[in-house]
Amino acid sequence: MDIKDVPQDVGGLANANMKELCYAVDKDGKYATKLSDGWDVKTLALNKSLELIEERIQEFKTQCLNGEISTIPYYMELNRMDLTVLADYMNKWKWTLKRHFKPSVFKKLSEKTLQKYADTFNISIAQLKDITP
Amino acid sequence: MEIDFKHKQSAHCENGVISNLLIHNGYNVSEPLAFGIGSGLFFVYLPFLKVNLAPAISFRPMPGIIFKRLCKRLDIKIKRQKFRNPTAAKTTLDQMLQKNIPVGLQVGVYNLTYFPDEYRFHFNAHNLVVYGKKNDTYLISDPIMEHVTTLTTPELEKVRFAKGTFAPKGQMYYPIYFPEKLPLEKAIKKAIKATCRDMLAPIPLVGVKGMRTVAKAIKKWPKKIGVKKTNHYLGQIVRMQEEIGTGGGGFRFIYGAFLQEVAEILNKPIFEEFSKEITAIGDLWRDFAIDASRLYKNRSSESDGYEKVANKLLILADKEEDFFKRLKKAIA
Repeated sequence: MDIKDVPQDVGGLANANMKELCYAVDKDGKYATKLSDGWDVKTLALNKSLELIEERIQEFKTQCLNGEISTIPYYMELNRMDLTVLADYMNKWKWTLKRHFKPSVFKKLSEKTLQKYADTFNISIAQLKDITP
Repeated sequence: MEIDFKHKQSAHCENGVISNLLIHNGYNVSEPLAFGIGSGLFFVYLPFLKVNLAPAISFRPMPGIIFKRLCKRLDIKIKRQKFRNPTAAKTTLDQMLQKNIPVGLQVGVYNLTYFPDEYRFHFNAHNLVVYGKKNDTYLISDPIMEHVTTLTTPELEKVRFAKGTFAPKGQMYYPIYFPEKLPLEKAIKKAIKATCRDMLAPIPLVGVKGMRTVAKAIKKWPKKIGVKKTNHYLGQIVRMQEEIGTGGGGFRFIYGAFLQEVAEILNKPIFEEFSKEITAIGDLWRDFAIDASRLYKNRSSESDGYEKVANKLLILADKEEDFFKRLKKAIA
């Protein structure tokens, strides 16, 4: 990459006031570094990835409001977690968590477990139990 | 207290922390040199491991390996500590800062408050340096940030004890022994040999063979899993290649900078030529990213688009195979 070709697309990075270091070749053929404002190609990849997460959040929200699943998958996705991460934070097995996805099992959870979920998601127990806006 | 520590931004966190810690101790090892000697250039495809709902592809070895190899090859000794108890982790860190020693930490990215929201994922192998403490605030040199920053005590505890894959467990590290003179020449030779060996490994998931396996998979994906999922997978490849602190082109440009330094250190101009070649290969990787992005931009794209992108990856594999074969001969 030529140093004058280091992309300066004002995208996600610039909005966040962040610049990224790139390695590129100057006019004498020597490697140098230059700060980049971002590159549309990868901003797009990132945005598409975030869109997918947003889609899943909405999907779980609908399912939850329909009473098909508990609030846990919704909050898990909202916090960009997967089962592995959540299981580690909760110090529980993945299959235990999957049981908690069922509304019937979720209703019977102890205060202590609910508090642990609430702490993990950084919310109150009331918010954990009810996501109706 | 505040230790006189020179913050320098880098492309990649692991190399950046190593380089900054070595420079602090009076050894001028640049980021590309640290990356090259740690044999950072790599390619691996792990279809059975899912990251962000896509098969894992990485352009670098497992977190921590670059650092480990670099220290071993340069005869530097590092002290590493992990903790169960957050209080003990904090006390030990504070003691080191009292002794005027800047400390490297492994942390989780998700709760780094100074990161933009879009970049906060549950990735636990980020590295930064703590170089002081004022009142209840730690002074942080995060190598991918332009300037130094800070974290409060509870914030730092949260990122040091993030959970999930590669959980940092409060891990901290600092160099405790340096040789009189760094054995650079010996280390460079060993490192380049290792990189050639990795990239030419006879395993279908690693190096150029891994690239070919991915290319074959790309050709099958649209029929097998649908266009939407294929586009998501391609997007993740581009992100791994360009985003995660690679300095662009899947680390190929940093490696080019490394080979240029090698030409000077070993006084062998041939490595200058190799540097130019890997730079051209890096440019091709960026073309590959542009083509892939065209596909996930407009969902209803031409059907042979995936074929073309996959073929580009095959060309890259051929070029890299030829490159590393000749590099291996040149260093032997």
